Amino acid sequence: MAGPIESAMREKLAVAFAPERLDIINESHLHAGHQGGAMDGTGETHFRVRILSAAFEGLGRLARHRAVNDALADELAGGLHALAIEPAAPGEPVRW
Amino acid sequence: MAGIGEFIDNEVKTNEVVLFMKGTPGFPQCGFSGQVVQILDYLGVDYKGVNVLADDDLREGIKTYSNWPTIPQLYVKGEFVGGCDIVREMFQAGELQSHFEGKGVAVKQAS
Repeated sequence: MAGPIESAMREKLAVAFAPERLDIINESHLHAGHQGGAMDGTGETHFRVRILSAAFEGLGRLARHRAVNDALADELAGGLHALAIEPAAPGEPVRW
Repeated sequence: MAGIGEFIDNEVKTNEVVLFMKGTPGFPQCGFSGQVVQILDYLGVDYKGVNVLADDDLREGIKTYSNWPTIPQLYVKGEFVGGCDIVREMFQAGELQSHFEGKGVAVKQAS
């Protein structure tokens, strides 16, 4: 079940990018014990975002990542510790 | 701390390739930093690793410096290249090698 951070991420990304596809994967369990055990792996600290949106057309890698980071600035300033981003525009090859 | 931006700017501008990371190249303390270290080592690029865990001001300062909220961060010839995802994508596409070569940075691994 999605926690509050994941739900907020989904809503903000949907508004900002009107994505054709949006996968938000909680990978926090892969990082259990991170930072001296402060992260137990059950929380909402590490996410992977796979997002397919026409909004990325014509944007380079840095600009795409910055756009996603900007949309999730509140979460990144809060409990969201790590964010892997796989952005794509329609027609680009993806492995997901 | 007022001096941290200056410190970062100096590191970025006086080293051809610099990686702000968690831990050190010999002992990365985060999987994302570790991935970038592996790629740079594979390519045989000389780089300086700067451990942001050594200093809280540095850890926050680097995020402000580049307006980039996460670590690691790779800089080549004074220019921000990206974090782990971007470095890995560029490497897999063969673009990282050509980026280094285009900037005049020696790459020992033939691409």
